[in-house]
Amino acid sequence: MCLNHRLSLNRRGMIAGLAALAPMTAAGHLWAAPGAVTRLLVVFLRGAYDAANIVIPVRSDFYYASRPTLAIAKPDPAVATSALSLDADWALHPALRETIFPLFRKGQAAFVPFAGTDDLTRSHFETQDTIELGQGVKAPRNYRSGFMARLVKAITHARPIAFTDQLPLTFQGGGAVPNISINNVGKPAIDTRQASLITAMYQGTPHAAAVQEGFQVRDDVYHAITEHMLEANRGAVSPKGFELSARRIGQLMKDQFNLGFVDVGGWDTHVNQGAATGYLADRIAELGRGLAGFAEEIGPQWNDTIMVVISEFGRTFRENGNRGTDHGHGSVYWVLGGGIKGGRIVGEQVAVDQAHLFQNRDYPVLNDYRALFGGLFQRMYGMDQAALRQVFASVQPKNLGLL
Amino acid sequence: MLPRRQVIALFACVPATAFVVPGPADAVPLPTPQDLAMVDTVTWGANQSTMTAFLSLGREKWLQAQLHPPAEESLPQAAQQQIDALPVTRTSALALATAFSALGRVAGVLTNADEKAATLKLNQEGMSDIARQAAAADILHALYSPDQLRERMTWFWFNHFNVHQYKANIRLFVGDYERNAIRKHALGHFRDLLMATLRHLAMLQYLDNADNAVGHINENYAREIMELHTMGVGSGYTQADVQELARILTGAGIDLNPEDPKLKPELQPLLVRDGAFEFNPARHDFGDKVFLGKTIRGRGFAEIEQALDILCSNPATAQHISREIAIYFVSDDPPKALTDRMAQTFMRTHGDIASILDTLFHSPEFAAAEGTRFKDPVRYVLSAVRLAYDDKVILNTGPILNWLNRLAEGLYNHQTPDGYAMVSSAWDSSGQMMTRFEIARQIGSNSSGLFKLPGPNGVEEPAFPLLQNGLYFDAMQSTLSATTRAALDKATSPQDWNTLFLSSPEFMQ
Repeated sequence: MCLNHRLSLNRRGMIAGLAALAPMTAAGHLWAAPGAVTRLLVVFLRGAYDAANIVIPVRSDFYYASRPTLAIAKPDPAVATSALSLDADWALHPALRETIFPLFRKGQAAFVPFAGTDDLTRSHFETQDTIELGQGVKAPRNYRSGFMARLVKAITHARPIAFTDQLPLTFQGGGAVPNISINNVGKPAIDTRQASLITAMYQGTPHAAAVQEGFQVRDDVYHAITEHMLEANRGAVSPKGFELSARRIGQLMKDQFNLGFVDVGGWDTHVNQGAATGYLADRIAELGRGLAGFAEEIGPQWNDTIMVVISEFGRTFRENGNRGTDHGHGSVYWVLGGGIKGGRIVGEQVAVDQAHLFQNRDYPVLNDYRALFGGLFQRMYGMDQAALRQVFASVQPKNLGLL
Repeated sequence: MLPRRQVIALFACVPATAFVVPGPADAVPLPTPQDLAMVDTVTWGANQSTMTAFLSLGREKWLQAQLHPPAEESLPQAAQQQIDALPVTRTSALALATAFSALGRVAGVLTNADEKAATLKLNQEGMSDIARQAAAADILHALYSPDQLRERMTWFWFNHFNVHQYKANIRLFVGDYERNAIRKHALGHFRDLLMATLRHLAMLQYLDNADNAVGHINENYAREIMELHTMGVGSGYTQADVQELARILTGAGIDLNPEDPKLKPELQPLLVRDGAFEFNPARHDFGDKVFLGKTIRGRGFAEIEQALDILCSNPATAQHISREIAIYFVSDDPPKALTDRMAQTFMRTHGDIASILDTLFHSPEFAAAEGTRFKDPVRYVLSAVRLAYDDKVILNTGPILNWLNRLAEGLYNHQTPDGYAMVSSAWDSSGQMMTRFEIARQIGSNSSGLFKLPGPNGVEEPAFPLLQNGLYFDAMQSTLSATTRAALDKATSPQDWNTLFLSSPEFMQ
């Protein structure tokens, strides 16, 4: 099938689909009608962010005993460096005060502690692969079959894209899923004549689809981003780093793409990670600015959008000898969206004390990432058990009641 | 396709100095497609001068010369002079660390905020400049060293024992790391290479072993040694082995102080110093350990030697390293029969890298795959520049470093210790292909700053990328598909032809 043809069909189909959904979208309760077109952005924090210091178990004395130099102070409105109360047990890192905390208060953010995988290697790379492939840890792996690629095939009207320099494993095997280096969008120098000659050279080769799709997406993205810059910037201080990426992603997911992936690195904090301020605080603040910026840019469509923030594993519950943390197990995942029933800590939980640590070292995993995604997919896309099995072969979906 | 004479006429507008005149075609036999594929695979990219060397020595002699190069390098003078002009190539990691830590101390005691900021800025700029010099030297080696296989393996091992320049002050050490820890052992023994990386400032900083001490355990490096550097993940070691190796590694760190640390008399004989490397027995855990089923008696640095012996003689290490090398040269999923034979060579020779490569290059699996490996960005860019300018030595490596960064495979720029992915699926996505075509246009259209001396008032020498050269007509042209030829025939200028040729499916592998 000619790819251009598929693209234009999809785009037309999607616009028609959106028009039909308009009344429900306006009400912000798209979820009442499972199976509707909707948007998903998966944000992967590569390097295993120190979840216990971002979504903080402030009621746990064991937390304060385990982290003599790293612990964040219990919530105290008078103290700017203290944690921000989420509920009786949990509080948020103060670096997220202006960004994620307001979303949580509006019910547009939820946190899932004790989340992760059954991969026990404590290897970043192995566990990232485990998550991206979504195939289970025992069986031999098929590296050409990522779970988001299988999702592309299982749902209708998917317009997938990776906002990464390279196509991530999770989209491998999904046909020509485009990727775009989102912070380096420039005016293309290869002109239309050269593009068509190059496309011709690739006909019949394994890269034919990627090349054809690439030229199409290249032009679409360039136009979307430059048009937006012209109309919106007006001399404002332009955002940098992840915030710039995330804002651009918001623009592109408004109406061009509906299934996105982006990753953010730099979380492997073995040494001097800081507490209320310092290295990790700066990283998480930048992430928060990005996610809140995305929500702002995507506009009313935020109501039909789900953003899931994941990481390969958590870190050791106790700080190490260098004011840092080593590789652990359970993490805390985030679910955000304009239409979710958030403002809560969701999923299975246990007390945060030494007795409940996994291998007397880490958070246990009580909420499997596939069960979490599966539960979301069921509600978002109206997938039945059989359709879900195409994405995650053998996992019971878990409904967290967010949609 | 234009007849050759017409093509040459097209180039008439280009200054004559830009040409690399192809040698007379009848002096040596014409290269076969297999010759071309062999040279293209073993080197950073075939060009006329390398092909001439290959043809005059013959396949086997040339290959043995590549596998066993002289310790002393012999780069062309124009490249060696540029390298020698870079101070970093003559300065040890210890000297750089000492100089910059002095600068840091100055900044620390300054009370005037402006002066302090200016000093810190100077410090940062200085470090970046040192890393740029190291990168320039590396690119010149890769492009012009006659010992091309050593250069390809230098990149491979750097990536295998990856460090990231932007962590702490590692920018100061990447040059020395590459020169003294990696290149020196790139075709030598694996254990020497492993030990050289273990003792290097860059690695001690990057994976935090400099902070690993008794009572302050940091298991970062211990884990990556087993997972990435030797045995490979899932090969049978446990979390307990990681923790035991971390204990074995306690005390292996950095000391810039010329005076020895104050030690109790009984510990003094156990102190090890070598440049900036120090094994400090006062920071070591002297308890006994059980590592991979073997008891290691607590006794100091000898424990580390013993642990590396255990790791390097483990069959999982032989398998893991062999497979990585085969992925680099052969395919995303190399045949097990091939990697098994390479692993046997590893075990038989105690990790002699040249012997493992010899097994690989003489295998039928290698011959069958020759010329089909999809190029990663480094190979893509370097092979284009090598073909375009052959032995006309570039004057500025900046454009190459920028292209590699844009293609997401920048030198010393991979943040995590796994190094860049070597499977083609990491590099052949739509976005990657688009960036590649843009860079094909830059390389193909003009000299793109490669012959402009660095600095604001740098003079630019005339040069033009001559891709339709002797090697093209002798060997490459016949390998092009009909569709590629048809597209090239529609080129409207030499610049356009170059852009299309460098964008062609054939040039991607």
